[in-house]
Amino acid sequence: MLLFLAVALVSAGALAYEVLLTRLFSIVQWHHYAYMVISIALLGYGASGAFLALVGDGLRRHLGAAFAAGAALFAVSAVTSFAVAERLPFNALAVIWEPRQLLFLPILYTLFALPFFGAATCIGLALAAFPERVGRIYRYDLIGAAAGAIGLMLALFVLFPDTALRLVALLGLLAAALGISLRESGAIRKGRAAACSAAAIAACAALPPSWTALHLSEYKGLSQALLVPGAKVLAEDSSPLGLLTVVSSPTIPLRHAPGLSLYNATEPPAQLGVFTDGDGLTAITAFDGRREPLNYLDSTPTALPYHLLEKPEVLILGAGGGTDILLALLHGATTIDAVEINPQLVRLVAERFAAFAGHLYERPGVRVHVAEARSFVAGRRDRYDVIQIPLLDSFAAAAAGTHSLSESYVYTIEAFEQYLDHLRPGGYLAITRWLKLPPRDSLRLFATAVSALERRGIGEPGRHLALVRSWNTTTLLVKNGPLTGQDMAKIRRFADERAFDLAFLPGMAREEANQFNILDQPLFFDGAVALLGRERDEFLRDYKFDIAPTTDDRPYFFDFFKWRALPELLERRAIGGVALLDWGYLLLAATLVQAAALALVLILAPLLSLGRDRREPAAAGLARWRVALYFLAIGFAFLFIEIASIQRFVLFLGHPVYAIPVVLCGFLFFAGLGSGIAPKLTARLEALRARSPQSAPIRISAADRLFRCFVRVRYPPLALAIAGIGTAALLHLVVALPLFRWLMPLPSALKIAVSLVLIAPLAFFMGMPFPLALVRVAAARSALVPWAWGINGCASVLSAILAILLAMSLGFNAVVLIAIGLYVLAAATLR
Amino acid sequence: MVATIEAHAKQASIALGRDSIAPEILKVVGDVPRHEFVPDRVRGDAYADRPLPIGYGQTVSQPFIVALMTDLLRVRPGDVVLEVGTGSGYQAAVLAHLARRVYTIEIVPALADSAAARLQRLGYGNVATRSGDGYYGWEEAEPFDGIIVTAAASQIPPPLIRQLKPGGRMVIPLGAPFALQHLVLVERNADDGRVTTKQLLPVSFVPLTSGSRQR
Repeated sequence: MLLFLAVALVSAGALAYEVLLTRLFSIVQWHHYAYMVISIALLGYGASGAFLALVGDGLRRHLGAAFAAGAALFAVSAVTSFAVAERLPFNALAVIWEPRQLLFLPILYTLFALPFFGAATCIGLALAAFPERVGRIYRYDLIGAAAGAIGLMLALFVLFPDTALRLVALLGLLAAALGISLRESGAIRKGRAAACSAAAIAACAALPPSWTALHLSEYKGLSQALLVPGAKVLAEDSSPLGLLTVVSSPTIPLRHAPGLSLYNATEPPAQLGVFTDGDGLTAITAFDGRREPLNYLDSTPTALPYHLLEKPEVLILGAGGGTDILLALLHGATTIDAVEINPQLVRLVAERFAAFAGHLYERPGVRVHVAEARSFVAGRRDRYDVIQIPLLDSFAAAAAGTHSLSESYVYTIEAFEQYLDHLRPGGYLAITRWLKLPPRDSLRLFATAVSALERRGIGEPGRHLALVRSWNTTTLLVKNGPLTGQDMAKIRRFADERAFDLAFLPGMAREEANQFNILDQPLFFDGAVALLGRERDEFLRDYKFDIAPTTDDRPYFFDFFKWRALPELLERRAIGGVALLDWGYLLLAATLVQAAALALVLILAPLLSLGRDRREPAAAGLARWRVALYFLAIGFAFLFIEIASIQRFVLFLGHPVYAIPVVLCGFLFFAGLGSGIAPKLTARLEALRARSPQSAPIRISAADRLFRCFVRVRYPPLALAIAGIGTAALLHLVVALPLFRWLMPLPSALKIAVSLVLIAPLAFFMGMPFPLALVRVAAARSALVPWAWGINGCASVLSAILAILLAMSLGFNAVVLIAIGLYVLAAATLR
Repeated sequence: MVATIEAHAKQASIALGRDSIAPEILKVVGDVPRHEFVPDRVRGDAYADRPLPIGYGQTVSQPFIVALMTDLLRVRPGDVVLEVGTGSGYQAAVLAHLARRVYTIEIVPALADSAAARLQRLGYGNVATRSGDGYYGWEEAEPFDGIIVTAAASQIPPPLIRQLKPGGRMVIPLGAPFALQHLVLVERNADDGRVTTKQLLPVSFVPLTSGSRQR
């Protein structure tokens, strides 16, 4: 039992560390190299397989000490690797100018591979030392990982990330404490385990704070804001949704007002800046009930819908610090439903800084809701006059393409359809984005609106659309109904009075498009016209950025990358070309190439030793290539399905913060159950097989009848598992999205329960192929067990990267179908 | 470095409105000792056409962009120019060679102090420096023929627009650190005082492939 507990602890620590690293990097940096570093570092799993294949025999003889050393390595390097990495002078932002900065990457890979190497060595050792208990060890590995994922997310609601890092290290040290006692027995064993555990707790508590302190990149918005004389942090709050930092700057005010008209003459009132993970500024604006100080808001493009409607009922999707609520109040909105996903941010405005914000959320007609936009809209019967999606990400982050790997379900065609369903006749959907040149976000939004309107059977979608451009933002209006002559006159007047340009209005002339903020060509207008015309497909194909509408199956709104533009942009990198590149996709591809090369080395290296080993004849019925192909295929397939499911459940559960632990936990837990049952299943099927159909007993259960379908197959349990996976995965493809849309209004707890029910059968079967084959490998060629473990680790890493690349190009459905194909291939391999 | 800038300028004709950067600006960019404006640790790269870190999360702009922004300002010898965001003082030094007087404001006191000392040491007597809020410009010295706002906020401060002479030009670079995305040129019409902006990409990059553009 001690062994299983130790395996579960170290596995929990490793998965918690993986999730925590994402949070830590998100706070201290904001570049794609973080993803690259974590992905490559996970090859530590693969490296441990190679290591054990080479020297595992010796380590198995000293199992307790070796296990404890692995777990201690995990614990110590989890903390020290991060501390060292933070102190490296790596400037990812300057890589294009200074390619030698890339030399830091191998150092970072190695640093962060150490903890994963340590953890994986423990589990690999356990599997190799106890081949007869493979199923149970694998089960505790998976269940431990599940507990680590969910435990960390829960811990992040109460702990700051630097404290969570201590906790992760503690898990490793506790596993080491149990490990060191593995070979002991009775009271000595208990006593030693207890003493070592106490020492582990003391060590983590005594860790100097500077080892885990977070050092923000000096280029982040928060670092910059705090350089201003007099600026200071008023409050900090942390959750898995982000680290919120409230900054006051009394000497030199914040004056946050994106897109503010050049004609505006009034200064914004005092503001507090709220930074999420050190960036993504939103402002809490001082409000004393008077409207005059808020007049500057009427000079921003987001005010446009309020000039078209009287006393509207408003829905704001993304309340942030509350500025858009003030805008709605300024224009006499009768009711305002403000939706904000981050409860901490709501609390800051509603409680801690309520007086400063003029008790905004207590004003008559204002209702604040802690929810995700899509779920909220799906659950409402109300219809609104205005649905506003304000600008909440920072310009620098948008310019740097920081979000290009993140899914966003707020801007998909299906989302637009949902918004339109919740607009009253004549109501408006208004979406503001930062202006990018050449146009990307705004034209993609325009294309999305066109597709959504067409899906609703509207023949001339252009009559419902207006696009307005300020000097640094664009605002898209989608009307539930055609724009009237009066509407258009109002829009023209609004733009004209504020020096905003009409980027598109039905029937407008091209010359009108470039009046105040002049472009070399009216690219926004030309793009909008092309998207409405017959040449749309051609235009989307020939445009050098991917601006095709996104869907719930491919929700990567912020990814505009096209390979075709790459040579030209790289050639002109020194004169601004580099700023036009969406690095996310490119670095993802680069990560895959590096990971594949490293994985190949890690898979092939042990063969040098295994090839020499003649103790186990190759004729044992299991060729090495079959073992390699099998574990590669199931490693890829498992993660393909898991990653596609996480992304899909983000839509249902509202945020990756909820989707990742629930889905991971679901998959790992039920896969753990499946893996534990696999040996029993084998025994039952073998028993059934032993009996011929003719001599079948009179009483035969329904399950046995089902099993009998598989009895004729050469390796029936595996066939059954693959059939189960295929059926459940296909069912997911057909049922999941419609079911999500139907059940989206449910409360979170019920949604989590539904998610687990959906995941359970699929994951249960997915847990079987690994132990089923490992038992066979252990029986036929036990020296191949750590090798197979390493291959599976390598495949998992590559798969996580490839799954996102494929999803970005082909969508999640395609990723799941490929996974099913891989499982079938695996089954065919292990005949 | 100047040859590189000239080569880059040919690819940036859309932003400039002509094929090359004015020769007098190229000469000035060649003359200003850029190594004096960067920290010791990056001095080896001082004459490379690239932005360099100067601490405090700030950079000294790429010489090509400095030349481009200076060209866009159309500075004449008698002009008075305002800069918001001094940084290390490099852009101010370039402007000081071309204008009668340069006023420059920096929000980070440590940067403001070191830039002031540096500019004084290098003999830029026509540059006035100040540490503080750039939002209100430099009222005592207004109006300005040209303004450069390198510390771009989410808005263009109205006082700065007011302090721009009719016919004057303001240049604002936008983008992430080390990756300038585009330039905003604010112009105040000499006849009617109307304010317009031009959004300029330094790189000549047409988002449509040639086939589509011909149609």
